[in-house]
Amino acid sequence: MSDGSLLWEVFVRPRRGLAHTHVGSIHAADAELALRNARDVYTRRGEGVSIWVVPSGAVTASSPDEQDSFFEPAGDKVYRHPTFYEVPDELQL
Amino acid sequence: MSSSSEVDTGMVLALADDALVASHRLSEWIARAPSIEEDVALANIALDLLGQARLLYALIGDEDELAYRRPAGAFRNAVMLERPNGDFGATIARLLLLAAHQHALYSSLAAADGDLGAIAAKAVKEVSYHRDHARAWTVRLGDGTEESHRRMQDGLDAEWAVWGELAPTQEAVDWATAVITQATLRVPGPVLAVERQEHTADLDELLSTMREVTAVHPGATW
Repeated sequence: MSDGSLLWEVFVRPRRGLAHTHVGSIHAADAELALRNARDVYTRRGEGVSIWVVPSGAVTASSPDEQDSFFEPAGDKVYRHPTFYEVPDELQL
Repeated sequence: MSSSSEVDTGMVLALADDALVASHRLSEWIARAPSIEEDVALANIALDLLGQARLLYALIGDEDELAYRRPAGAFRNAVMLERPNGDFGATIARLLLLAAHQHALYSSLAAADGDLGAIAAKAVKEVSYHRDHARAWTVRLGDGTEESHRRMQDGLDAEWAVWGELAPTQEAVDWATAVITQATLRVPGPVLAVERQEHTADLDELLSTMREVTAVHPGATW
């Protein structure tokens, strides 16, 4: 499928109760074949119970150029982590 | 549990040989299919068929003996399955017709008690996917470009002409006909029931390739 082939992002849910996780991408001419290709490439060893495929072009991604403004400001705000609570001994985590 | 004495050995052998020979031809597409995704898809289907062949052989005898050391003349597969691969459209057509036939056959066998029924029940799920894969490609190629339509039709005409050798049920023929119509292809005509044909040199070539390792290292295990 050198022509007419689109790129799709593949998300697999490993089992009930867990979220779909991005596992990679595949080529396919349309959504139906994308789902089948994803099944064949990413769930050969029983990795999943559900698959999503999304056209790669539909993903809006943050830009590496924006890394500083996007992510650095969170770096020094340690108080956002739930690490300042005393956990009672009797609490089972 | 049924013992091997209660099953129709000739029928099981034919099912197993069909699966083994079809599996080998599909495996030859690995690294040659139109995309790497299709390489993997056809390999998966080939492995399903190989698994079915192994279970069926084990039901009636020693699988290595039956697969690796039996003369070609004793194979009972349909000759349409041993023919060399050509165009991708022909492979899809062959898979469409084989899977339609196997699906109907395994569905009826799955109702039986015993090991054969259990093997058939497992196989139904696998061939459902094979059937669907072939359906998806048949529709896309048939209802695709002028060239893909022509090549899919050529493949279908060639495979349909010899499909009668598998003796597909009416259910299988109806299902395939619906797919062909949806794909805007021409249904080639009635399926003519024919006896299983004499094997050709294609089967000798297939078996000698499949048996290369066992021929060089007889009895090797790993």
